Amino acid sequence: MPADVILGIETSCDETAAAVVVGGSDVRANVVSSQIDIHAKYGGVVPEVASRAHVDTIMPVVEEALEVSGLRPDEIDAVAATHGPGLVGALLVGVSAAKAMALVWDVPFIGVNHLEAHLYASFLEEPDLEMPLVILLVSGGHTMLILMEDHLRYRVLGATVDDAAGEAFDKVARVLDLGYPGGPAIDRLSGDGDPAAIAFPRAMANDGWNFSFSGVKTAVVNHVRKNPDTPIADVAASFQEAVADVLVTKARKAAREYGATGLCLAGGVAANSRLRERVSEAAAADGLRAFLPSRAMCTDNAAMVAAAGWWRLAADGPSGLDLGADPSLRLPTD
Amino acid sequence: MSSASEIRLRTAAPTQTRALAAALVALVDDGDLLMLVGDLGAGKTAFTQGLAAALGVTEPVTSPTFTLANRYEGRLVVNHLDAYRIEAIEEAQDLALIELLEDGVTLIEWGDVILPALPEDRLDVRITFGTGDDDREFVLGAVGPRWTARVDALRDALGEWAA
Repeated sequence: MPADVILGIETSCDETAAAVVVGGSDVRANVVSSQIDIHAKYGGVVPEVASRAHVDTIMPVVEEALEVSGLRPDEIDAVAATHGPGLVGALLVGVSAAKAMALVWDVPFIGVNHLEAHLYASFLEEPDLEMPLVILLVSGGHTMLILMEDHLRYRVLGATVDDAAGEAFDKVARVLDLGYPGGPAIDRLSGDGDPAAIAFPRAMANDGWNFSFSGVKTAVVNHVRKNPDTPIADVAASFQEAVADVLVTKARKAAREYGATGLCLAGGVAANSRLRERVSEAAAADGLRAFLPSRAMCTDNAAMVAAAGWWRLAADGPSGLDLGADPSLRLPTD
Repeated sequence: MSSASEIRLRTAAPTQTRALAAALVALVDDGDLLMLVGDLGAGKTAFTQGLAAALGVTEPVTSPTFTLANRYEGRLVVNHLDAYRIEAIEEAQDLALIELLEDGVTLIEWGDVILPALPEDRLDVRITFGTGDDDREFVLGAVGPRWTARVDALRDALGEWAA
């Protein structure tokens, strides 16, 4: 019998997450530590200062995921955990926990690439996605333009050479005093602003497949310093438009050049409403399908880890128990 | 505060900030720590890009704000850290700073956020905005014996940008 029920674990950065996914797409439980009150449930043992203290939250989150899924530990067929890229200490917590459970339950362990997991988030909601696909993976830590030719086969066409798109959102929000997290705040405020009010730079828009968002961030800083009276809604909307413009222009061009059938978003910035709108419009204009995962699937979660793990296990078999954390792991490419 | 161990510099473009950092290449060694301080857009990442490229790092050096720590292989290992998102001093341990300092050159952006957690042996690089959009002013300060011993060599290597 193929391994079908996968317990996924994600601890690469801020979130401690666990999920149970059957057959690569049927999500039975998807638990993220920031969403559950571990403190109330397990009684005051969790230090609140250390937001990345995965070691304190990993087992409560796994137990919660199993409970929600209604499955017993002996019904888990394999355990998948993110082993990179990310913070080495954070990754090791998830990897070690996953190996221990795999050993105790005598099931395969699968080390999963966090970036590959993001790409599989879309397949959780649209298992029949047709390839080749052009995927914009846009988050706080990453900005990549990817051609997905088939399952587990990718080409990284381009990536940011400085700041990630999500980071630019966050830092501009700070300049505008909008608080944290900055992405949703800019998204909301932009609704009241004029996206054409300020012509912020579209760096590298017509130059290859790479991105640069450091310049637009500095341009916003300079504009606000020199024009303190500009309505901040106009600044936010114009900034957001500049970022969406570059992302969508390149994705569209890539889809045309590589004969993709669809445009897909992944990562936290995929929750931005203007970016979603622009991708939908571009897809409609070019006769492509647009895949816009739900917000829960855009941000870091373990369901996507379980899904990617399911595909990897079928293709490559289990990972060795000597597999370590790799903070600089890259997306496997042809 | 001005002192003998303080070096004042200025640049007029991001490319100059990269060149200034690249000029440190012959002076850095395994175990060195550089603290980069400056407002958004000041050029902390550009500084790191310049030094990393001079150390033979060929891949793009991207901002570590969200990933917290990036590692690059050049002639020396370059550890690029960022304390921007660190909210409590206890979280500084997530960066595994002491372990990283065993190997390569470590640059930490927004290091002032976790100043009490930083070793008292480092080069502080403080960057502020000048008059023009691209003008930047630098104050380099040696903290502790490792860098104090190198102040004169630093001044020589960076003379081109002296303020």
